[in-house]
Amino acid sequence: MPTIWDLHCHLSGVEGRTLDERMGKFVAIADRMGIARVILSMGVPWSQNPTPDDFRRQNDQVVEALTHWHHRAFGLAYINPHYPEESLAEIERMIAQGPLVGIKLWVARRCKDAALDPIIRRCGELQALIFQHTWLKTTGNLEGESTPFDLAELAARHPAVPMILGHAGGNWELGIRAVRGLPNVYVETAGFDPTAGMVELAVQELGANRVIYGSDAAGRSFASQLAKVAGAKISVADKEQIYGRNLQRLLSPMLAAKGIKP
Amino acid sequence: MIDVNVHLSRWPFRRLPDDDTPALVQRLRAAGVTQAWAGTFDALLHRNLSDANARLADECARHGDGLFLPFGSVNPTAPDWREDLRRCVEVHHMRGIRLYPNYHGYKLDDPGFVALLDAATERNLLVQVALKMEDERTQHPLVSVPAVDPAPLADLIAARPKLRLMVLNGLGILRGEALTKLARSGQVWFDIAMLEGVAGIEKTLSVLPSNRLAFGSHAPFFIHEAAVLKLQESELPQPVRDAIARENAQASLAAAS
Repeated sequence: MPTIWDLHCHLSGVEGRTLDERMGKFVAIADRMGIARVILSMGVPWSQNPTPDDFRRQNDQVVEALTHWHHRAFGLAYINPHYPEESLAEIERMIAQGPLVGIKLWVARRCKDAALDPIIRRCGELQALIFQHTWLKTTGNLEGESTPFDLAELAARHPAVPMILGHAGGNWELGIRAVRGLPNVYVETAGFDPTAGMVELAVQELGANRVIYGSDAAGRSFASQLAKVAGAKISVADKEQIYGRNLQRLLSPMLAAKGIKP
Repeated sequence: MIDVNVHLSRWPFRRLPDDDTPALVQRLRAAGVTQAWAGTFDALLHRNLSDANARLADECARHGDGLFLPFGSVNPTAPDWREDLRRCVEVHHMRGIRLYPNYHGYKLDDPGFVALLDAATERNLLVQVALKMEDERTQHPLVSVPAVDPAPLADLIAARPKLRLMVLNGLGILRGEALTKLARSGQVWFDIAMLEGVAGIEKTLSVLPSNRLAFGSHAPFFIHEAAVLKLQESELPQPVRDAIARENAQASLAAAS
């Protein structure tokens, strides 16, 4: 049985009167699927272009949700590059001084923007996880929504800093190729329909050591997203890397610094 | 287990790991599927549906030792569509048809669609309607196909008590009150292929009777394991699991036998 760590989880979409109650239900469902650890980001409700007060509120919620679940969950700090100074301060509060292990960048500002450079440099110093949502939508992206090409630009400016291409760009045949030549970029499997062939292509083009399982639960089903790996025509060893080992490797310096055993 | 939603032949926009029929047979058998209702990807864009249906019937007969039931397609905006329907029944002995209104360019209030429902009911066919085949965000930019608006279905079904209709790839578009209303309109079923959200089946059963859900994978476009794992993700009493995995599909086809 492989160790499964899920990079991409939210508490939105899980019922419960309190965050702790939501976590209890969420972990119970994760248990049915054999998921050992979930990585939470963003709060309830979330917002696409949060003010500093709002992203701080959401991060406080993540910390609260972790309270009784440190053995099963980690958290990412949600920040907004429209507010670089406040975002850097939040990284200090939540990651350098707090319990969270990386950052989540969503759709507020395209990540190729130079405003992200100080954020990336600081995360690099801390060895904090950098997780950037990306999509390349046939129907058109949101104004601040990053494409895989945007992340490729950012990653090329910071070749020593690992970062993760969320959703593999959605249109994964294009997203995977957009970052193929950037060894510091990992692709994540979450948050698009369980279309067959994505994981096989990612392993073929990038190697299994650059592919990370995530679900985008609770909005997505664990089942549909796990299936991308479970049903892929790749080796058992490659599946083990994708399910958990790659994420464990990326997080190991941060966890060691915080005295957390995986 | 009965899988009510698979396709044979080639997805038009890329090769799929299981788009070779023997590979799909192997995948389905390994998952415990004993019967798979198969349409053909050719029906999406080919003009000659009669030919596509004949190839589908032939492919189903040649592979899987009875695993596949062919579901041919009819386009009610095409000339001579009643002859295509006749061939599905009288030549290929199909027990159901599968419709793709968005790829064939009509809405569900189109008089041709209504006439097709009546003609299929007269021939005692199960009618499957695919509300979508692919997330619009990932479609090829030259072939952008919006999902089918299911709004007219409830009244059409309510007016035709003998009609048996199964909605494919519809859970996601249909939810809440709209889903409940449609389920109450008559003999209608829904497959789980595009159902999302953690423990999605459990949640859906709060608005939909368990005898209306059917196991459908949308393989090989979707990875077959996605539907299989959904049964694991929801906490379901064994009778409900059996109904979704097999019995509801059998019931939907029973009157068509």
